[in-house]
Amino acid sequence: MNTAGFFVIGATHHRAPIEVREKLSLAVEAAEALRGELAGIAGLHEFTMLSTCNRIEFYGVASHPETAARVSATFCARQNFDSDIFDKIRLSLSGRDAVQHLLEVAAGLDSQMIGETEIFGQVKDAYATAQARRSTGPVLNRLFQKGFQAAKHVRSTTAITTGQVSVANVAVDLALTIFGELAEARILLIGAGDIGEKTAKAFQSRGAAALTVASRRFERAMELATALSGSAMPFEQTNARLSEFDVVVCATSAPEAVVSLSAAASAIRKRPARPLFFIDLALPRDVEPTVAQLDNVFLYNLDDLATIAEENRAARVTELVKARAIVAEKADLLWKQVEAQVLALALAPTADPDPTLPHPTHQRAD
Amino acid sequence: MFAGLNDRAWLWTAAGFYLAGFVLGTYSILRGGRPSGAAMYVLIAVGYVLQLVGLGLRGRTVGGCPLGNNLEIYQFTAWSAITLYLVIGVTFRTSLLGYFTACLAATLTLVSLAIPAWDPALRLHIFGGNPWIELHAALAVFSYGVFGLLALTSIMFLARNHSLKSKHLGGWVSFLPSIIDLDHIGVRLLIMGVAILATSLAVASAYWLRDTASANSLKIFCTVAVWTAYAITLGLRLGGRLLARRFALTCLLIFPLALLSLEVVNSRRPLAAPHAPLSGAAKP
Repeated sequence: MNTAGFFVIGATHHRAPIEVREKLSLAVEAAEALRGELAGIAGLHEFTMLSTCNRIEFYGVASHPETAARVSATFCARQNFDSDIFDKIRLSLSGRDAVQHLLEVAAGLDSQMIGETEIFGQVKDAYATAQARRSTGPVLNRLFQKGFQAAKHVRSTTAITTGQVSVANVAVDLALTIFGELAEARILLIGAGDIGEKTAKAFQSRGAAALTVASRRFERAMELATALSGSAMPFEQTNARLSEFDVVVCATSAPEAVVSLSAAASAIRKRPARPLFFIDLALPRDVEPTVAQLDNVFLYNLDDLATIAEENRAARVTELVKARAIVAEKADLLWKQVEAQVLALALAPTADPDPTLPHPTHQRAD
Repeated sequence: MFAGLNDRAWLWTAAGFYLAGFVLGTYSILRGGRPSGAAMYVLIAVGYVLQLVGLGLRGRTVGGCPLGNNLEIYQFTAWSAITLYLVIGVTFRTSLLGYFTACLAATLTLVSLAIPAWDPALRLHIFGGNPWIELHAALAVFSYGVFGLLALTSIMFLARNHSLKSKHLGGWVSFLPSIIDLDHIGVRLLIMGVAILATSLAVASAYWLRDTASANSLKIFCTVAVWTAYAITLGLRLGGRLLARRFALTCLLIFPLALLSLEVVNSRRPLAAPHAPLSGAAKP
């Protein structure tokens, strides 16, 4: 690990399985304490720490080739994690490659779910925290700020973020293409199982406010409705009250259909100007397939949603090549802009390393 | 540089901008991207201003509203549709509406310019100096622009509806607004178009009633038939009898018939003293 200048070191979902990432994850207090320790490492001029459920990464500008190793050792010591194991799963890049990595992370290209946008906010938060703690300087400021611009550019010029890749979110996207927004949409969840609950939560996270739960076990419906801040409805009333809802999520374990063609037809007749969207997540199916033939009624079952999710996933992978090419170009440009600054910092005189901090060799298992 | 341009040159340039918007949108869609709303808006807005200059010059030449031949009517219809798009495009942020509007405007303007017989050099004075008839004609043609935009939103609705029903959601259809938004825009446009055409007919009827000899029964029949068709559609829609796909389909099908009726109306203009030959217009 001979990394002077700009470097990134850490562990990500690519090589660290979840049980390892659990051990590497930093609680808020631990992260704060670690920042203090890293600030004491001589020759580490600037640093930022990115900690998410899929990665722990340290971006820094260092004078000495061994500084990155000291960062790694300090982290392992703080987490009480075997540094030999860490070395095996470690990500370690420097210079232009580290810049490209930062840009790929910010753009969601390195994420487990390619193209996800949450990571962008997490990188921004990490940078903001580092700025607040005054651990960034001219190099990291430029790299992160330009990195955010590059990430936005990638997202706007490629289809890397388009299309949801989970069944629940695909269902929500479909509802949005029908209703535009979900704030006014009334959602009925028939069945109080896990998949229905996840889908209902996905709807709520995208703005749906009016949620009603119906289940054969009314107590369970009440329980879930309370948890989701919605209301409960007796299962027997579902067909009669279908017209009151815009989106009907069906996820029961009933052996036969719970929504018949006649019930759906009767519902749409009562509200002809407003579409009715059935999401059938059950197996065997809860909604009679002929319901799809009704005008202004849309029916999607589990296979339909899974197919769309898979198509979106495949499309994102296809876009990955295009996005990486853009990022590579931006990384080249950005590295040329900061290379001289990095070199100047790397050559700057530094104080002697703090002897109280762990040395890389201290962590090695003998 | 532009001072020496005649009205047709301005109109050709405007049509070029509309065509550029259409080509840009098609290029973006074929590449799997969303047409840039801002770029589309700018291209259409520039075309709109140029077309306004062209129509203004033509109006100054003929001494009235330029609605004397097919070229002028189609140009005015396209201009009306663009006027609404420039308002609606901002208010509703309707994805792809700019692209479709550019397509409609490019088609109407280029076709009308490309057919020399639609713009004869010797033209007839159509309004006989009566400003009320001129207002009637302008409002009527403006309402056709509204119905043109309604036809476009209907196409968008049908495409969105079909994609949702057939479960083929990718490609350019994914950039369309939601079903509900398209339906709402359609209803509002229909209300607006029916109201404007009704006003136009009311203005004209006041004149016709005073001078029944000047009224042309076929022309009146065609215009009233168009208004009736749209008014019935609106009544059925508001009454909940004609909805969603069938509503959009009806609005779409009426529009070409309305355009055809323009031909009938235009061919029935009263004869009057001819104007001087127009610059750049086709020789008789």
